[in-house]
Amino acid sequence: MLTVPIETMLIFAGLLFLIGLVGLLTRRNLIFMLMSIEIMFNSAGLVFIIAGRHWKQADGQVMFIFILAVAAVEVAIGLALLLQVYHHYKTLDADSVGKLKDNNQ
Amino acid sequence: METCIALIPLIPLLGFLILAVAGGKFDRKTAGYIGAGSVGISLVLALIAGALFLRSLPGVSSYSVSLWEWISAGELRADMSFSLDSLSLVFCIVITFVGFLIHVYSIEFMSGDEGFSRFFAYMNLFVGSMLILVLADNILLLYFGWEGVGLCSYLLIGFWYKEPENGYAARKAFIVTRIGDTAMIIGIFILFVNFRTFHLDELMLQVNDKWSVGSPLAVITAALLLFGALGKSAQLPLQTWLPDAMAGPSPVSALIHAATMVTAGVYLIARCHVLFNLAPVVMTAIAIIGALTLLIAGFSALGQHDLKRILAYSTISQIGYMFLALGVGAWSAAIFHFMIHAFFKALLFLAGGVVILVLKEEHDIFRMGGMKKEMPLIFFTFLAGSASLSALPLVTAGFYSKDPILWYSFSSVTGNFWLWIAAFTGAFLTTLYTFRLVFVVFFGETKLKPSFQPGKLMTVPLAILAFFSIVAGFIELPESFGRFHLFSSLAENTLPAVTVRETGYPETLFQLLSALIVFAGIYLAYLAYYKKPSMSESFEHGRIHRFFESGFGFDRLYDVLLVNPLVWLSAINRNDIFDWLNIGLARLTVLGNRLFSLTQNGKLRWYVMSFTIGIVLILTYMILR
Repeated sequence: MLTVPIETMLIFAGLLFLIGLVGLLTRRNLIFMLMSIEIMFNSAGLVFIIAGRHWKQADGQVMFIFILAVAAVEVAIGLALLLQVYHHYKTLDADSVGKLKDNNQ
Repeated sequence: METCIALIPLIPLLGFLILAVAGGKFDRKTAGYIGAGSVGISLVLALIAGALFLRSLPGVSSYSVSLWEWISAGELRADMSFSLDSLSLVFCIVITFVGFLIHVYSIEFMSGDEGFSRFFAYMNLFVGSMLILVLADNILLLYFGWEGVGLCSYLLIGFWYKEPENGYAARKAFIVTRIGDTAMIIGIFILFVNFRTFHLDELMLQVNDKWSVGSPLAVITAALLLFGALGKSAQLPLQTWLPDAMAGPSPVSALIHAATMVTAGVYLIARCHVLFNLAPVVMTAIAIIGALTLLIAGFSALGQHDLKRILAYSTISQIGYMFLALGVGAWSAAIFHFMIHAFFKALLFLAGGVVILVLKEEHDIFRMGGMKKEMPLIFFTFLAGSASLSALPLVTAGFYSKDPILWYSFSSVTGNFWLWIAAFTGAFLTTLYTFRLVFVVFFGETKLKPSFQPGKLMTVPLAILAFFSIVAGFIELPESFGRFHLFSSLAENTLPAVTVRETGYPETLFQLLSALIVFAGIYLAYLAYYKKPSMSESFEHGRIHRFFESGFGFDRLYDVLLVNPLVWLSAINRNDIFDWLNIGLARLTVLGNRLFSLTQNGKLRWYVMSFTIGIVLILTYMILR
C-alpha cells in the first residue's frame, strides 16, 4: 500500500483550508462564499480522516460522517437564506447586503 | 370606656382617610361636615371618657387599651395602644374642644378657597396625630404622633403652596423642628438601650429605680428630650420657625398655636416628669430657657406690625411661661396655663383671622383702625381674649392660670427671685403688646372698611371661646382666695404637686404686684397708642424697633452661622467624588458603546477577516506558549 507521510497529508489539508478561506475573503458572491465554506469544512473532515488513519482508530471516519451531516444541514439553511436574500435584494453581492449594522455609523 | 379611648384618635384619622381618598367627590358642605363632624364626635367621646374617668377616681387613675401589635422584633416591641390618665384627659378634651370650634369656624373661613376638602383632610390628620401623641402609652407611638404633627404643620403652613414664600416657611418649620426631633429620638434610643422597653409607665418606673438623681445618663437623656420639646414648642434657641408659620391660613395658626403642635413639648416634659426630676440641671435649664424665651418673644412682639406675627410671638412667650412653670416643678400650673392659653389664643387667632379676612388680607395693624365700631362682636371677643392673655386680675381666666406661675417661679424650692423678675417683666410686656394691638386695630379712626360681616359659623365659635377665656379660670383658685383646686387635684393624680419653700412673703403681695403691672401696661398702651400717638412714634421707627421686629436677629444669626456655611459647602461640593464615580461610569459605558458599534459595520467579509485574525492570534499564542 502506498504510504504517504502524514506531514504531506496535513499540509494538503491546510492548503485546502487556505483555499477555502481565501475564497471566502475575496469572493463577493454569496454562493461562492458558501462553496468556500464547504471547502473549509471538507479540509477539516480530511484532517479527521488523516488522524484516524494515523492512530488506527475508526473515530476519525465517524467524525467525518458527522461533519458531512452538519455540512448538509448548514448548506440547506444557507441556501434557504440565500434564496430569501435574493428575493429581497435582487442581488447576491455580500457587500451590498449590509443592513445588519449599527445605525449610529 | 376602652372603646371610647380607642375611638378618640381614630375618628379624626378616619375623617382624614375619607376626605383624602374621596375629597374631590364631595361638595363643600359635605366635606366641611365630615371634617368638623369627625372632630366633634371625638370631642363627645373625650367628654364621655372624661366623665367615666372622673367617676372612677380615685380608685383607678389610668385606663389603657391595646389595639394591635405595631412593631415586634426581638426585644423591640411597640403596640398600637392608648392610655388615658388625667394628664392626657386634659389634653384630649382641650384638643378636641378647641379643635372642633376651629373646624366649625373654618367651614366659613375657607369657603372661598380652592383646596377646601384638602384643608379639612390635613386638619383632621393634624388633630388625629396630636391625639395619638397625647394618648400613646409607649414613647415610640408618642414619637409617631409627634412626627405626624410635624408633617401636618408642614402641609398646612404651606397650604397656599403657590406662593414660594409659604413653601419656604413650611420647609423652615419642618427643618427646625426636625433638629429637635433628632435629639429626641436619640434620647428615646438611650432609654430603650438601658431599659429594653418603650412603655411609658414602665420606663418611668425603671428610670426611678435604676438612675440616681443627677446621674450623667439621666441628665443626657433629659437634655435630649428637652431639645426635642424645644423644637416643637418653639422655645429658645429653636423658636425661629413659629413667626414664619403664619404663612398658613388663620385657622391653621389657631390650631398650631392653641390646641396642638406647640404644646406637644409641654406635654412631653410633663409626661416624663419622673425623668426630668432626676436631672435638676435640666430642670433649671428649662426654667431659664422659659424665662429668656418669654422675655425675648415679648420684646419681639412689641416690634411687629403684622397682626398674626404679634400673636405668634405672644404664643412663644406664653409657652415660655409654661416651660418656666415646668422648670420650677409647678407641673399642674403649667398644664392649667396650657388649657387656658388654648382657649384665649385660639380665640385671638380666630378673631384676628376674621379681621384680616374682612379687610382683604391686610396684615399690617397700622393700616387698620376703628374696627370697634365696624365689628362690635369681634371687638368684644377679641377684648376678652386680650384681657385673658394679659391676665387681667380677678375677672379673666388668664389671671388664674398665669398668677400661680409667677408665684411658683419665686416660691417653689427651685424658684428664685430672678425667674420671678423675668416672668414679672414678661407680664408687663404681654399687657403692653396685647393692648397696643387692641388700641391700634380697634380704636382710632377707621382706615379700611370691612368688606363683609362674618356669619354665624365664625361668630359662634368666637363667642364660645370668649366665654371660656373668661370663666374657665374659676375651676382653680389661688391659695389666697379660698381653697378651690378642682384642676390641680385632677392633674395631681398623674403629676407630682409643687413643693413650696417658706419665702416669708405672702402670696397676696405678689398678686397685688402683678395686678398693678397689668394696669400699668394697659395704661402705657393707652397713652402711647391711643391718647398720644406721638409717644410711640419715635419707637416705631427707631433702631430698637427694627431689632425687635427681626425677633432679636435670630434668623440673621442662624443664616450666618448655619445656613450660609452649609449652602457654601454644598456649592463647592457640587461635583464631589461620588458624582465623579457615577458620571465616570456613565461616560465609560457610552465610550464602550461607540467603540464596539464601530465593529458592527454590516460587512460580512470584514467579520470573516476578524474571525481569521482572531484564530491566527489564538493559534500563535498556543504554539508559542
